[in-house]
Order: sequence, then structure tokens, then C-alpha cells
Amino acid sequence: MIGLEHYLTVAAALFVIGIFGLFLNRKNVIVLLMSIELMLLSVNINLVAFSAHLNDLVGQVFTLFVLTVAAAEAAIGLAILVCFFRNRGTIAVEDVNVMKG
Amino acid sequence: MQADLNVILPEILLSVYAMAALLGAVYTGKDRLAPMLVWVTAALMAFLAIWIGMGGSGTRTAFGGMINDDGFARFAKVTILLSAAAVLVLGQDYMERRGILRFEYPILVALSVVGMMVMVSAGDLMALYMGLELQSLALYVIASLRRDNLKSTEAGLKYFVLGALSSGLLLFGASLVYGFAGTTLFSGIIAAADGQTPLGLLIGLVLVISGLAFKISAVPFHMWTPDVYEGAPTPITAFFATAPKVAALGLFARVVHDAFGGVVADWQQVLAALSLLSMFLGAIAAIGQTDIKRLMAYSSIAHMGYALMGLAAGTAFGVQAMLVYVAIYVTMNVGTFAFILSMERDGQPVTDIRSLNLYSKAEPGRALAMLILLFSLAGVPPLLGFFGKLYVLRAAYEGGLVWLAVAGVVASVIGAFYYLRIVYYMYFGDEGSTLETGRSLVQWAFLMGSAAVMVFGIINMFGIETMAQAAAATLVR
Repeated sequence: MIGLEHYLTVAAALFVIGIFGLFLNRKNVIVLLMSIELMLLSVNINLVAFSAHLNDLVGQVFTLFVLTVAAAEAAIGLAILVCFFRNRGTIAVEDVNVMKG
Repeated sequence: MQADLNVILPEILLSVYAMAALLGAVYTGKDRLAPMLVWVTAALMAFLAIWIGMGGSGTRTAFGGMINDDGFARFAKVTILLSAAAVLVLGQDYMERRGILRFEYPILVALSVVGMMVMVSAGDLMALYMGLELQSLALYVIASLRRDNLKSTEAGLKYFVLGALSSGLLLFGASLVYGFAGTTLFSGIIAAADGQTPLGLLIGLVLVISGLAFKISAVPFHMWTPDVYEGAPTPITAFFATAPKVAALGLFARVVHDAFGGVVADWQQVLAALSLLSMFLGAIAAIGQTDIKRLMAYSSIAHMGYALMGLAAGTAFGVQAMLVYVAIYVTMNVGTFAFILSMERDGQPVTDIRSLNLYSKAEPGRALAMLILLFSLAGVPPLLGFFGKLYVLRAAYEGGLVWLAVAGVVASVIGAFYYLRIVYYMYFGDEGSTLETGRSLVQWAFLMGSAAVMVFGIINMFGIETMAQAAAATLVR
């Protein structure tokens, strides 16, 4: 029987993979966008699992909001990335370094 | 339904205006309309601030408790709207002369202000998240507004990646809070988080706090701040340093008191640690900076540390101190950025603080105003900035965080060094090439006005003490 714990474990694992993807990835900014998406979607698993467990629809409504915002966020992220690429000519993470810090 | 809509009428007005302005500008004049749009947006924001400020007292809730309209929300909204309007007007001349005044700029600022207004009045995790994202998404775009400039787009990219990470942390926390409290309403969470708190709820709280700490750039979540401040065009840096900080702090106060007011001991230590680290890192890392925008970034990190100190006290007086502090901080920053915006040589903007060498000889009036603002930022008595610091230190002391108050005094002494270094350059520096600052009357007026507030505000702080007290009383029960 698959219970709440299993869903929470999967969601937490995906979330942690997303965070590690952000920090360990040295290659490509696109991978950063994918990691961000992974984090947001793992939250959706959490919300839907809780929603089913609590017998409460609010969690699923929240999920719909999160999905919408994630789409908007990906659009804006890609737009900024295109502008950056036009100026820098590369999207490697280690080249995002004009300003130190 | 009608009553619900009445509660959010200011937000509706501002967002409808933003959409109408976007459509109108796209179909007609585009960037030629931008200067007019800046003034209209600023006027609308000022009007809304007066309307909200004059509006009724008392507390109204809408949409089943998802949106609160109480004294706290009104205080924060007035501060946000006024500072956003001031910054819009301030930057207009600068952006117009450098050809970066696009018509999207005032519209995006208006949209992010709508997000901030939702943030400070949120009574539900969903309203919190939607407000925060509306604000953040607009801010990512205006950080990279200068899209043909490498630094500006890099600032936007860094801000976007780290901002999205913080939203993810906050959201994961929110999902845990929902799961363990069984509701997303703050009024339900505070009932669930009373006395015996489930561990999942606490983990959720910590994640939400880390997400919010990102937004106010508290250490250890501050690393985006110096780069974004340096890379973004200066008027936009001025905006970042004012309204979003007020909104994020307001949201912070709302979450910890409205949703987790029953478990003060659980978040007090976390906030105290964030505050301590921010104050010291802001004070120490700023010493080596030569770019005034980076310096202001570290300065804002340190100031957020002090504001958090008020919040960490966990009392109504602490929230009052935070509100007073943040109102003073915003006023000081508007004045300081009015000066930074006017710094140029041969028509090019200058941000190196060594360019201020012997500035006082050329422009004694402006140098004196800047001196007052820098002393006030450093917290030198008897200026208003000193009283703001005194307020939060007292709140921390009365809240039982004596060690934090002592550390705050030490950090403030360290931090005074880099403000005084700018004063040193202005009054005793070497002979160097001259700086031109005398072009815009609006910038002059804001610089002088802000400096005058720092001096004359010490009489009664223009009555914001009682307003902040009333605002804090509605939040902490």
C-alpha cells in the first residue's frame, strides 16, 4: 500500500535533487532552469498528496496556482537568458561572472 | 462579494491601470509616452497612498480571510506606494538621458507594487505566494531592463536564478505547513501551531523563513544583493533598495506573528541569528568596496539586520520598532539614491566613491545634505537614523535579547567606518577631476528634503510612532 510517506519521500528527494542541480551544476544555465522547475513540481506532489490525505481540495487549488506561476517563471527566465546570450555569446554557468561575488 | 471587492479596490485600480496603460502604450506612442506614464503612475500611487492612509481604521477581511485590510497592512502599503512613487519620479531624468526609459518600466513597477500590496495584506499561504511571485517576476524583468547591456542582463539572470530558488524553498515550506496544519489560512495555522507543534510544521516554518530571508537579503541568503545592485541601472537599484524591502519585511512580520504567533520561542532564535549575521557581514564586507552601489547593497544588508532585530524581539513593540526603522530607512535611501543618480562626469554616470574627492568645495550645499544622510545611515546622534536604531535596540533589550542589542551597537560602530570614509573623501580628499551633479531639480529636491527629514524628524518623527504603534497592535495579539 502506497501511503502519504511515500509521496512525501519522493517529493523531498526530487526537491533535494533540484537544489543540488542548482549548486553543483557547472555547465549550462538551461540546466538551472530545469532544476528550478523540478523544485516547483516536487512541491506540487507534496500538495496533491496532502490534499488527498486531508480530504481537502485547497491543496489542489494551490497546485494549479503553482503550475501557472511556474510557467510564467520559466518564460521570464528564458527571456532573460536570451538577452544574456546576445550580450555574452555563451550560457555556461562559469561565464556568468562579469561582476564578482 | 461586493464587500470583498471593496477591500481590494486599491489593488484592483492599480492593476487595471497597469494593463490599460500597457495596451494603450503598445497601440499608440510606445516609448514616447514613457515620461508621461512615469508621472501618471507616480501620481496614481501617491493618490492611492493618501486614499489608503486616510481610509477607515479597523480591520476588514475579504475572501474568507485570505486578504486582510488592517492597520499593519495600511501602514506598509502607504510606505510602499510613496517610496515607489518617489523612486519613479527620481529616476526619470537619468533614464531618459541614457535612452533606457522604456514605457514598460513604470508599468512593471506598478505591477510589482500590486504584488507588494498583496504580500503585506496576505492572510493565506496562497495569497502570500501569488503576491510574492507577482512582485518577484516584475523585479526580475526590470533588473535586466537594459537588455543590450551585459551587466544588467547578468544582474537579471543572477537575481532570477537565486530568486526562483528562494521561491522554491518558501513554497516547499508552505506545502509542509499546509500538510501539517491542514489549512492554508493563517488563522487556521495559528490554531494548529499552538503549544504542541508537529515537527513538520516547524520544518515548514524554517523553510518559509529562509525563503523570506532571501527576499530581504539577510545573511546567509544575501549573495545576490551586491551583484544585482551593481548591475541594474541605478534608478532600478534605488527601487530595489526601498519598496521591495518594506514589502518583504511586512510579509515576514505577517507570517511570524499572524501564522506562527503562538510559537514565538521557535522562530525567535532563527531571526536573531539572521539579524546578527546580517549586521556584521553588512558592516564588515562594505569596508573594501569602492563602488557606491555595491556599498549601498552591503549597507542595505546591515539595515535589514537591524530591522530583523526588532522583529526578533517577538513583541508588539518589536513590530512597531521594525516599522519605524524601515520607514526611516526608506526615507534615507531615497535621499541617498537621489544623490547617487546625480553623480556624473561628461554625461556618463559615475559610481566610484573616490570621484567624490573634495566635492564639498564645488557643491557645499549638496555635500552637507549627503553628509547628514550618511551620518544618519551610520546612526550618528542626533539624526533620525540614530533614533531608528535606538528603537530596535530597545525592542531587543525589552524582548530579552540583550546579547543581540549589544552586538547591534558593536556592528553599528564598525559600520560607521565606511560611511565616514565617503564623508572623508568629500571633505578632505585629494585634488581630482570634478564631478558634475547639478542637472536635475527633482533629484536636488529629494536629496534636500530627505536630509531635512533626518534633521527635523527628531522632534516628533512626524507622528509615525503612534501610527506604527497602532499598526503593530493589529498584528500582535
